[in-house]
Amino acid sequence: MEAYASLFVQAAFVENLALAFFLGMCTFLAVSKRVETAIGLGLAVIVIQVITVPVNHLIFKYLLADGALAWAGLPNVDLSFLGLVSYIGVIAALVQILEMTLDRFVPKLYNALGIFLPLITVNCAILGGTLFMVERQYNLPESVVYGIGSGAGWAIALIALAGIREKLKYSDVPDGLQGLGIAFIIVGLMSLSFMGFSGI
Amino acid sequence: MSEARTVLIDPLVDNNPVTLQMLGICSALAVTTSLLPALLMCVALTSVAALAGAAISALRHRIPNNIRIIVHMTIIASLVILVDQLLKAYAFETSKQLSVFVGLIITNCIVLGRAEAFAMKNGVVMSFIDGLGNGLGYSIILIAVATLRELFGAGTLLGYPVFELTSNGGWYVANGLMLLPPSAFFIIGLLIWGIRTWRKQQVEKPEYQIHEVHRTEVF
Repeated sequence: MEAYASLFVQAAFVENLALAFFLGMCTFLAVSKRVETAIGLGLAVIVIQVITVPVNHLIFKYLLADGALAWAGLPNVDLSFLGLVSYIGVIAALVQILEMTLDRFVPKLYNALGIFLPLITVNCAILGGTLFMVERQYNLPESVVYGIGSGAGWAIALIALAGIREKLKYSDVPDGLQGLGIAFIIVGLMSLSFMGFSGI
Repeated sequence: MSEARTVLIDPLVDNNPVTLQMLGICSALAVTTSLLPALLMCVALTSVAALAGAAISALRHRIPNNIRIIVHMTIIASLVILVDQLLKAYAFETSKQLSVFVGLIITNCIVLGRAEAFAMKNGVVMSFIDGLGNGLGYSIILIAVATLRELFGAGTLLGYPVFELTSNGGWYVANGLMLLPPSAFFIIGLLIWGIRTWRKQQVEKPEYQIHEVHRTEVF
């Protein structure tokens, strides 16, 4: 139990996908202008991350890894080079399924998330989470915890940045730094403060 | 010919994918702790962007509009797998350092963005040049950031010592912060400031205008 808790804290804070690995930066900077949309996108990312990391784990373990096809009578087949195509396919398909399910059963949440749902397919935080899971060889429960932790960490960073940028609108920023420039400096400062978590 | 030149030169500074279009930032920050992996990443991304542009543009009349994103992703993913396997075969050590970021070229918005915005509407050769130009624009930023970080963070360039470190009896105290994630954000932020001071037309309009009069009244 303790190991899972520490894995969660590590995934959410110490190895924050956005601030330590720079993943999902494009969306991170583009969608962080208002807190409301940031919360919606953050939730969507957590949900997708929690589903895709374990599913991709199963696919890797039972279809792609070296000798994984032993159950089908093909112990010498190594399909791991097909990894990238399969993961991105799984992510795209899952996003599509989640979109349809939400539309059918929870239309309120579906409308709130709007355009951000399909855009999650090309969010590198999602694919990055899967690739880290494969690289670090997490098992199934670990990959569920890692999915929750990394998604939550990304969402926290996004919402915090959105809060700061909402206030920042009213500040007198030098011309050249306006918009993107100052956003980068702020993310830098946030990343600096998140590094303080590395002692836990 | 001049059109091709514009397509190639324009993304270098005036329409830079990283600093102006805000695309492909993730990898631009992550692989820049030293120059060698950054250079490899530039080569990988530029070749994927150029080849994906050409391939998608060649198929553009045959791709059904409603499933085009999936088709693009598949083409790009296949190219990335090729690059990944090549790197593993010929530059194994550096490909270890790049870790997941070569795979993440798939979701690099520069590649998909140019496929969507340019390759679907233009011929094969032009799309190839456009991919090349955008890849090079990305490379310029990457190389600049990586040079700064490796030089000031470790005192070396491509592994060769430039500044003699104090630990080796030299004069330069290595700035460890340059090797940590925050410095990448600061450097890109300052680069954007520099470029926008040079090219005034890139400056963004403030969302909320502060009137000089009100400010003096407050004080």
